[in-house]
Order: sequence, then structure tokens, then C-alpha cells
Amino acid sequence: MNPLIQFTLFLADSNLILSQKNAEWCGHGPILEQDIAITNITLDLLGQARYFYQYAAELMNQAGHTHITEDSLAYLRTEREFKNLLLCEQPNGDWAQTVLRQFFYSVYQQSLYQQILQQSNSQLSAIAEKSLKEITYHIKWSSEWVVRLGDGTPLSHHKMLQAIKALWPYTGEFFTPTDFEKEIIPIDYEKLKMQWIDSVQNVLEEAGLPMPQNIFMHTGGKLGSHTEHLGYILAEMQYLQRTYPNAQW
Amino acid sequence: MAIHDLENAFQQKIDNEIKIEPKDWMPDAYRKTNTRQISQHAHSEIVGMLPEGNWITRAPSLKRKAILIAKVQDEAGHGLYLYSAAETLGSSREQMIDELHSGKAKYSSIFNYPTLTWADMGAIGWLVDGAAILNQVMLCRTSYGPYARANVRICKEESFHQRQGFESLLVLSKGTKEQKEMCQDAINRWWWPSLMMFGPKDSESTNSDQSIKWKIKRKTNDELRRQFVNMIAEQVKLLGMTLPDPDLKYNNQTGQYDFGEINWDEFWNVVKGNGPCNEQRLQARRKAHEEGAWVREAAVAYAEKKQSRQPNEKTDAA
Repeated sequence: MNPLIQFTLFLADSNLILSQKNAEWCGHGPILEQDIAITNITLDLLGQARYFYQYAAELMNQAGHTHITEDSLAYLRTEREFKNLLLCEQPNGDWAQTVLRQFFYSVYQQSLYQQILQQSNSQLSAIAEKSLKEITYHIKWSSEWVVRLGDGTPLSHHKMLQAIKALWPYTGEFFTPTDFEKEIIPIDYEKLKMQWIDSVQNVLEEAGLPMPQNIFMHTGGKLGSHTEHLGYILAEMQYLQRTYPNAQW
Repeated sequence: MAIHDLENAFQQKIDNEIKIEPKDWMPDAYRKTNTRQISQHAHSEIVGMLPEGNWITRAPSLKRKAILIAKVQDEAGHGLYLYSAAETLGSSREQMIDELHSGKAKYSSIFNYPTLTWADMGAIGWLVDGAAILNQVMLCRTSYGPYARANVRICKEESFHQRQGFESLLVLSKGTKEQKEMCQDAINRWWWPSLMMFGPKDSESTNSDQSIKWKIKRKTNDELRRQFVNMIAEQVKLLGMTLPDPDLKYNNQTGQYDFGEINWDEFWNVVKGNGPCNEQRLQARRKAHEEGAWVREAAVAYAEKKQSRQPNEKTDAA
């Protein structure tokens, strides 16, 4: 498959899967205002995913596929075809794990999309530009929660430590480019990594939380090798489309 | 001023269509009735997020998923301004939520029914939001100012939800055989509970007379219910579906639809806690609240730390 299509699907899938996970909080948040906030982020991520899927569908139809739509891409691909980051499919855990997952992802997204913005692909850079406005808010919201919980009570501090332990091993994948990433647009992965580490370090420091060192990193999401969580996420998400093939909704 | 004079002045304001505002004098019973009604409305929005939230992760297209998430989020927003409106009468949100969790406060019984298929999302939008809107349109003119204003905002969003619900059923009604069956089945299951949303018959409603005199309500339960039946009996034709009531028939003489008797045993059973999901709904709310306790405590602790640090920093700087 054309590397641009693969890259676009990688961006779409990561947003959709994280949106799908965050959506589980809707109606179950720790306080009403935060229920609304996480649901807002869920909607933003879903909107971003849809733009990328629509663009990928356009590219695929141009390349000779037929009848590819945003929905066929989201609902009719299998576990091995999804290219989302492993981080995005990790369980919600508690509020600490959810806000930290969002924080790690949003900071990465910001640096990556800033680089995409500089590229010549006008469609991708237009989506990146629109998304960056939303991402700025996501970072503000999630980093404030990381600080609040890290520097809140001993219990919340402990829960943040656990969240870091659970999620950190899935952040290395951000900076390990696959072949399709290398082939499309020149992204400076060293810069991406430095920016991410810098931002994350600042926030963890303010939160009184340690920056993990020398942790083994899992990879594979971008190439379709996922954790066991993804199969269940897709089974749930795709169930109606799979049960009633070709129906319109 | 003697109580009697205050009461007279109060009633006169109401008769002259002047809104009652938070700092105005009001009879205790008026305050109590409004607090009960507004908090009940707020709880209904919040509990109402659960049956629809149940389908967010399984929505059949990305567009439907986005619409559904936005809708459930709107309900959270409604809950928020309704709690604020109720707070102007002197109860705190915390207090109201405790009453919900202890079972003392009620919420609309409709949310104690399960959402079994995707078509239920459409049926809820069309029937449940449709019924709620009739009530809320009336409440835009309720005598208590903050509640009336909250309802104006709510109505704008609710009418949008109702149209979306209807449109989603319309798509199913034109779809495959299975989708049509799903659509009819959802209408069959939600029709009677929607009629029950208007409450007991006027002859058995205990709060109605005084509420009408105080213009908390402007229409009786039966009036609103009839209005609803007339509206839906026409709209269902556009779907090519039927309502599950053999006695439903247009009456040429009255120009209205006659309809069958509601199963009041079921109504009272659900009110008393024996609906299919009463236990699960409250449990879900309590669980969210209990599991969120450490988060709220951490937020408070952090805010306090931050505040106590600030003056020190200033002193240091000085």
C-alpha cells in the first residue's frame, strides 16, 4: 500500500481508538464538569479521525479501490490492519491513567502535527492546522490534571506513579519510524523526541513525579502488531457493521 | 409585612407574569416544590446519559457516533445548568446528588428501561425527547426565573435531538428487513413508557392544582399527554411504522386521537424501583461518584496547596 495512505491511516486509527477509549467515560466521570471535558476531547479526536479517514478513502479510491469510505475504513478492517499506536488502545484504568495517556498522546500529536504543517501535502497540513487548535486545549487540560494528581494527595500521587509505570513503555513507539513514515514526508524524529521529552519532563517535574529512565519500549502498533486489547475494542466498535453487512445507518 | 401580605404580593406577581427571582420572598412550599422539580429534572438528565451512553462505543457509523456523543454531552450540560438553577433555591449540588444516590430523590422513570438495540437511540430521540420537549416548552414560561431560563436553553438543544432521533429512525425504516424490524420493535417498547413520562392522570396527581396556581406548570399531565399522542400519531405515518395501541384512533368529533389505557401498575412499579434497570442506573451513578472521590479530593488538596504557596512566594520575593 502507498506509504501516504498508510501514514494517513495511522493518524486516523490512533485518533479513533483513543476516542473510543475516552468515550467509555461519558456518563461515568468523577465530576460532571470533567465528564463534559473528557467527552469534548473524545469528540475532537473522533472529528480528527474522520478527516484523516475521508482523505485516506479519497486516496484509495483514486488508486483504484472502489467504494472506500470513512466507515469502511473504521468498521471493516481487522486487528492486523489497524495502525494505531499501542498507547491509544491501553485500558482506561483509573482517572490518573486516562489523563496521563491523553497527556502523552497530545504532546506527541502537537509536535508531530507541527511538522506535518510544514509539509507540502496541503490536505494533511490543513487537517493538522485545524487539529492543533484542539490539541492545545487537550494539552492544557491533561497537563493540569497530571500536576493536580501528582501534587494532590498521597493517594493521587501513588496512582500517578502507577499510571506512569503502566504507560511509559508504550511511548517509545512514537519516535521509531516505520518504513512508510520514512518514505513519505521528512519528519525529524530526533526533534520530535526532544520536544516531547522536554514538555513531559517539565510537567512531571511540576507534578513532583519522576521521569522514568531506561525502560524497555514496546513497538508494533503502527505495523499492525497490537496488544490483546485491540481485538475487543474492534469487536465492540464494529459489531453492527459486521452483523448487518451493507446496511446504511 | 405579615406572612399573609407577603403571600398576596407573591401571588400577585405570579398572576401578573412577573418572574420570581432567587432573592425574592417566596412561600416555603413554592421553594420546596421548585427544588424538588428542578433537581429531579437535573437528575433525569444525568441518569439519562446512561441508557444512551450504552451505545456510544457501538454506534454503527462515525457520523452517528459523533451525533450520539454530542447528544449525551448536551445532557450533561443540561444537568449542569439545572443543578445551578436549583442551587439558587438554597440546596447544594452535593446535597442533591446525595439524595439521588440514597434513593430519596427521583428521576424520570423512562431511564429505567434498557436500550437493547441501536434503534433505541432513534426511538429515545424521537419519543422520549419529544415527550420531554412538550414539558420543557411549557417550563420555559414557568414562574421561577432561573428555571425558566434554563429551559429556554435546554429546548433549543432538545428539539435538535428530537429531529436527529426521527431522522435516524427514518433511515432504518427505509433500510433492510432487519433494520425495519429493529425500528418497529424499538417503537413498540418505547411507546408506552413515553406516555407514562407525563405522570399520573390528573385525577390522581397530587401536586397539580397548586403547581398550576403558582404557574410552575401551565398544563396538566393529561393535556400534555394528549398533545404528545396527537403529534406522534401523525409522525409515525412518515416512518411507515405503527404505534402498539389497538385503541389508537382519530376521533372526528374532537379532532384528536383517542388512545388506550396506560398500564398504571407498570407505571407505579417502575416509580417504586422495580423497573428493569432502576438498580443498575443508581449503581452506575454511585460507582462513578465513589470511584471519583479520590480525584475530587486530590483536586481540592492541590488547590489548597497552591493557594497556601502563593502568599509565601510573594513574601519570598519581597
